[in-house]
Amino acid sequence: MQQPTLLQSLRDRIAQIEGGVRRHPSLPFGLDAIDRHLPGGGIAAGALHEVAGSPELADDAAATIFLAGILARFEGPVFWCLRWRDLFAPALHLAGLHPDRVIFVEAGSDTNVLAAIEECLRHEGLGGVVGEVKTVTSTATKRLQLAAEKSGVPAFILRRAAKADGKSGGSAATTRWRIQAAPSERLDIPTLSRPRWSVSLERVRGGDPHLWTVEGCDAQGRIALPADLVDRPAAQEDRQAAA
Amino acid sequence: MTVTRARSIVPELMIVDADPEDDLRGLRRLTLWAGKHYSPLVAPDPPDGIWLDITGCAHRFDGEAPMLKDMLRRIAKTGMAVQAAVADTAGCAHAVARQVQSGRPTIVDPGKARAALSILPIAALRIAPGVADALHRMGFTRIEQLIAEPRAPLAKRFGKQLYRRLDQALGQIPEPIEPIFPPAAPYVRRPLLEPIGTAETIAQVIHDLAADIVAQLTAEGRGARRLDLVCERVDGHPQAIRIGTASPSRDAAHLAKLLYQRIETIDPGMGIEAMSLVAPLVEPLGARTIAALVSPKGGAPDLTALVDALANRFGQRRLYRAAPRSSTMPEREIGVVAPLAPPGGVGWDDDAPRPSRMIVPPEPVEVTAMLPDHPPAMFIWRGRRHRVAQADGPERLHGEWWREAGHEAEMPFAVRDYFQVETTTGGRYWLFRLGDGERTATGPMTWFIHGAFA
Repeated sequence: MQQPTLLQSLRDRIAQIEGGVRRHPSLPFGLDAIDRHLPGGGIAAGALHEVAGSPELADDAAATIFLAGILARFEGPVFWCLRWRDLFAPALHLAGLHPDRVIFVEAGSDTNVLAAIEECLRHEGLGGVVGEVKTVTSTATKRLQLAAEKSGVPAFILRRAAKADGKSGGSAATTRWRIQAAPSERLDIPTLSRPRWSVSLERVRGGDPHLWTVEGCDAQGRIALPADLVDRPAAQEDRQAAA
Repeated sequence: MTVTRARSIVPELMIVDADPEDDLRGLRRLTLWAGKHYSPLVAPDPPDGIWLDITGCAHRFDGEAPMLKDMLRRIAKTGMAVQAAVADTAGCAHAVARQVQSGRPTIVDPGKARAALSILPIAALRIAPGVADALHRMGFTRIEQLIAEPRAPLAKRFGKQLYRRLDQALGQIPEPIEPIFPPAAPYVRRPLLEPIGTAETIAQVIHDLAADIVAQLTAEGRGARRLDLVCERVDGHPQAIRIGTASPSRDAAHLAKLLYQRIETIDPGMGIEAMSLVAPLVEPLGARTIAALVSPKGGAPDLTALVDALANRFGQRRLYRAAPRSSTMPEREIGVVAPLAPPGGVGWDDDAPRPSRMIVPPEPVEVTAMLPDHPPAMFIWRGRRHRVAQADGPERLHGEWWREAGHEAEMPFAVRDYFQVETTTGGRYWLFRLGDGERTATGPMTWFIHGAFA
């Protein structure tokens, strides 16, 4: 009983040392298996988060909807800064992000996208800011992280066609995710079941990396754990290890 | 040709007396129109021309060529014949616009003014017709001959005007244009005691000017939608920046902030001796209560400032919201509305699966599928083989045969059968087959990839 409170007080002290960061609320995924690996119990508002797919277009598509699902559950208008023109808005609506809430900014280049995100982060009260880039330097992420902390707006960088070999350099982002499509459940009738993603939390400040297989967003932007995977022995072991 | 002769050929000819005064008024109107659409610095060039200083303006149209195209299209719609050219100097643009045979819009690349001018006839240099004729008799036909000749003898005979025009066209002596502004537009000007050149001092003057113009706007009960800042340089070349707002504004701090962002685009040269601020586009804006006592947390945040800042940086057209548009073709399902338009409240059909990443235009893929309408078992896209594990479909979409543009131009009765496929690694893609397999008019039964799902 003592250990969790001790850990908590240590965490608080570390947070204090890291700087008098204003506490911003976090948005939980609503899945305990994921939320308990995230400091604050969810996606922190007022922080920078990096999301990547892979050079496969389908993985980038999955990362897009993963993001749309998170933003759908935040409140307020969303600015989505684009470098390419391949985003298809109806898909965001299918993940619960209503078109009336999203303002697209066609910035055209990595530099412009980052500048646009920073401009957006100067304004409080936004539901979120997304920027699609090819690469981002650690200095740029640091700037955005600080800007996000100041305004309390969640910021997301979607790294397009990012290779998994980890040559992305350092990043000041609070969390770094990699989303990849995974084979979905076979229904044995000619239709498709809910999509599955392998969601990898590659880096998290004050936490450990983790890997999950989840089912894709529903119409309210919520992801779910696949029923047939939750009760597998591996998941139970995982639960024991974390307890 | 005399009027009597013309009448004898075409008896029903209608004759209108020339009215230079009215022509000039029309030219002024056209100039002000161009000032509204394309550039803050415009001046009429009687009898038949208009100057536009498009320095730093073309990016809003994605370049000079699209800007020129847009300009010509709009003017040609009114029934006027128009010729246009873009060049480094006013004189060069003047000459090229009038001499290009086909009347096609021409863009002279930076630094190429001399090359462009040298092949043109002497008469293209705005000189008196008598002078041009005399030079022609002396054997001068093209400007390059004039450039090569020693100057003194010719200058002595024809006066300084000849070489002044040549040097102006070559950019060796400045030829500032004197911009005109809409007569009724709110206008404030501040002459400066000493020429200024640093960003800080310019910002200070902008701050003062913004306060001045806001006082004028308040008195008139209007708000600015567009502001032009004109810096008058010591050498006479005006420098301008233009900003726009998404909704009429009378907030001096906000307007000044939008102008500050563009300070770096001003080239102060030897110094700026006066600055003015014009609001060429205003809209009524009633008195407003100050909302300071109301908590900002309640209600939606005010996005005007942010939208303006982004729009002035990236262009008004680069900022939009998507809205549903009724169309049977997925690539046309998206309409574009202004970022601050009132919410439409409607979204897309929840039932139809739509990919989050589109491939536009659709790319051809090689597909192995059983006829007549089985889903693909395998497809090769960008040189890689994807094996299909599961699939859903088809969803049949018919082309909009009533349209005359787009792919309907070639194949008005096109039919697409869309399949969602999941590869063995879990990636989901959207493939379609062009053609229903019965009538060749619906398509040649080839396969395309159109997007990727989550």
